[in-house]
Amino acid sequence: MSEYEIIDHEHDVVVVGAGGAGLRATLGMVSGGLKTACITKVFPTRSHTVAAQGGIGAALNNMGENDSWQFHMYDTVKGSDWLGDQDAIEYMCKEAIPSVTELENFGVPFSRTEEGEVYQRPFGGHTLDYGKKMARRACAAADRTGHAILHTLYQQCLKHQAEFFVEYIALDLLMDDNGKCVGVLALCMDDGKIHRFRGHQTVLATGGYGRVYFSCTSAHTCTGDGNAMVLRAGLPLQDMEFVQFHPTGVYGAGVLITEGSRGEGGYLTNSEGERFMERYAPTAKDLASRDVVSRSMTIEINEGRGVGPNKDHIFMHLEHIDPATLHMRLPGISETAKIFCGVDVTKEPIPVLPTVHYNMGGIPTNYNGEVVTRKGNDQNAVVSGLMAIGEAACVSVHGANRLGTNSLLDIVVFGRAAAQRALKTVEKGASHAPLPKRVTDKILARLDKMRYAKGDVSVGEIRNSMQNAMQKHAAVFRSNSSMNEGVKKVDTIANSLDGVGIKDRSLIFNTDLVEALELENLMQQAIVTIKSADQRKESRGAHSHEDYPDRDDKDWMKHTIMWLNEKNKTKLDYRDVHLNTLTNEVASIPPAARVY
Amino acid sequence: MAEFALPRHSKIVKGIDYPYKGDTKNSRKVNVYRWSPDDDENPRIDSYTIDLDDCGPMVLDALIKIKQEIDSSLTFRRSCREGICGSCSMNIDGTNTLACLKSIEDVKGEINIYPLPHMDVVKDLVPDLTKAYAQLTSVKPWLQTDTKPEKGKSRKQSPKEREQIDGLWECVLCFSCTTSCPSYWWNGDKYLGPAVLLQAYRWIADSRDENTNERLDDLEDSFKLYRCHTIMNCTKTCPKGLNPAKAIGEIKKLQLERK
Repeated sequence: MSEYEIIDHEHDVVVVGAGGAGLRATLGMVSGGLKTACITKVFPTRSHTVAAQGGIGAALNNMGENDSWQFHMYDTVKGSDWLGDQDAIEYMCKEAIPSVTELENFGVPFSRTEEGEVYQRPFGGHTLDYGKKMARRACAAADRTGHAILHTLYQQCLKHQAEFFVEYIALDLLMDDNGKCVGVLALCMDDGKIHRFRGHQTVLATGGYGRVYFSCTSAHTCTGDGNAMVLRAGLPLQDMEFVQFHPTGVYGAGVLITEGSRGEGGYLTNSEGERFMERYAPTAKDLASRDVVSRSMTIEINEGRGVGPNKDHIFMHLEHIDPATLHMRLPGISETAKIFCGVDVTKEPIPVLPTVHYNMGGIPTNYNGEVVTRKGNDQNAVVSGLMAIGEAACVSVHGANRLGTNSLLDIVVFGRAAAQRALKTVEKGASHAPLPKRVTDKILARLDKMRYAKGDVSVGEIRNSMQNAMQKHAAVFRSNSSMNEGVKKVDTIANSLDGVGIKDRSLIFNTDLVEALELENLMQQAIVTIKSADQRKESRGAHSHEDYPDRDDKDWMKHTIMWLNEKNKTKLDYRDVHLNTLTNEVASIPPAARVY
Repeated sequence: MAEFALPRHSKIVKGIDYPYKGDTKNSRKVNVYRWSPDDDENPRIDSYTIDLDDCGPMVLDALIKIKQEIDSSLTFRRSCREGICGSCSMNIDGTNTLACLKSIEDVKGEINIYPLPHMDVVKDLVPDLTKAYAQLTSVKPWLQTDTKPEKGKSRKQSPKEREQIDGLWECVLCFSCTTSCPSYWWNGDKYLGPAVLLQAYRWIADSRDENTNERLDDLEDSFKLYRCHTIMNCTKTCPKGLNPAKAIGEIKKLQLERK
């Protein structure tokens, strides 16, 4: 094995990732006096939170509609198709109000109402009075809300002099012999040195893994590195079959057009010029849940009513909206439509297609952000020293389908919760137990294997095959035969990783090596995703099974959890959905048919 | 007479030529600056000829295609590919911009790609932005107030007040503007540069911020602010269509007004 220079760091807490969740956690921990390291593979404001557009959900009730967190909670449970844990959902919707107000106090440049309050717009699946009419709940900074929030959180971290380690790629968790996480090993891209970060809590805020698919709205860096590290640490991932397709990715380019554009009055049409969503969702129409809209669009296309020469996409119209409103409320997507499809939104519709957007599944946690696993009959066994927040985590507040605006909410609420929890559980300045050398050696051996990989297949080639297989076999609609075939294909492609070769052997800013490590991370999640999908014999939320078109609460109202071993073999188990609420301020919402 | 010596490694040599092997009517040559810190070689220009019929429309698509299919050692930053993360800023066809927003069609002839000018190079197209980030921190780019908001309430701000920061807060920190500024090339150690001054003005213009005077005091410096000579390269090059030159002008105006 190569000799690497290892630099040791000791902190109270180590946060991996500097998107909205990682920064919110870092901010809370640093301002509470915990010595915190935030390590990130990209400069914080480059994290993918920056691309969130439409808004952050909170029943601030600025639009005079008698909105309440209880309505928000109902919508979220219904949106999750009753796979979300109701205690966690109650916590999120209630804490949304102080969390978003705090963001404003931090300086987020929210758009404003005439009264000077934070502006709120309608969004898919958000209603008043338990589904009676659409609510205006999405707190927005034009259509660049993620940018506004991410930059503000970074600024607050600067104010509190948080310690960042920028352009460090995390390699693996440091797990001691008792299964406790004691830190993380990372490669500094700038100088190629290895850094060993020790922390009493390690917080994974590493985001989603959209890049498992060929066409996604996710950034190139969305490779779910934390999820993969958890699998390699011998812990399971939860509900990985639930992958959200956003209804309006730009046809071809895959870049996102916010649901807020439908919130501001935009609508979809098919080749007959029909507003088909009226047929599928008579009340919410174009603002039904994302899974519902994406399915409806796919059905329209499959039945020959797609638009364009190949009848393979759908139009979204904004041209009926006052250009001044478009300029004020939707400047970003007006620009995006111009650049990526040459469309002037004041004159023509935007060609769109359902595009992979969000991973509901991830690292199972409780609502404090602590990672949990199943140990025998204990379904909620806390993994010592390890937390996960944001898209990497599966709390589960999104269940089988996330509502728009609830991801920005998830990251700030649970980033904040993780900080509060760490402040309670971590003793400041406590010493770190010695760590056997073999823990680090094992991780470095994996790094070396990739760094000197001499095979004849490129990272790009393998990644393409994996992305195409997932795109085809774990799509909007799934079936037994398609998924069986997908499982076999993904297994074969995963094996081909043994024959990978990289060209750049250097250690300074070696993106060839980083992409290879990211590919391995993606591959492990691809396996777990397709196998989790293959075993779920029902349709729920984003998982639409053609052979089992109905939701089956009797047998399948349960979280999938799946482990992956070193030979890429999976192990399957389940956890119960928490139907109980957190307090008696609200009653549990019983399962019902999901109509919009 | 004083003698000037160019720094070692400043001469760029011709590199490797990767011709297109297949048959296409729509090929294009992409010339890319390469430099690695791991050897003692001079920087070089490698040329890759690619088939545009099998490539996405943006310059970033071309770079990704080259990395994926021809030379995986080619090094550049990229992330969102939609112009919001600011990672892929570089000099393309003589202009600083984001590779993901720069259409190949807009470049006539061979595509020449260099890292952002006048910054230290980490490797190939990756510039060292450490100094620019430190300058950003130096202007305390966060909300500063003495009065506290009413507990559990947002601060109020009218739509008109909020409008004052439009065109300021949207900056993606790609530093295309800063690295296009001749004043910054000369005095980058002391002059803050357009991107950071835009951020400074973002907080001066925010009706919620209560530290305008201290902010202006900090900027009242012949180098930090007044090295801006309204050359306007910043505004011309901004891939997001923002106007840092105007923001700098507003700061100068406020400095005059309070004298």
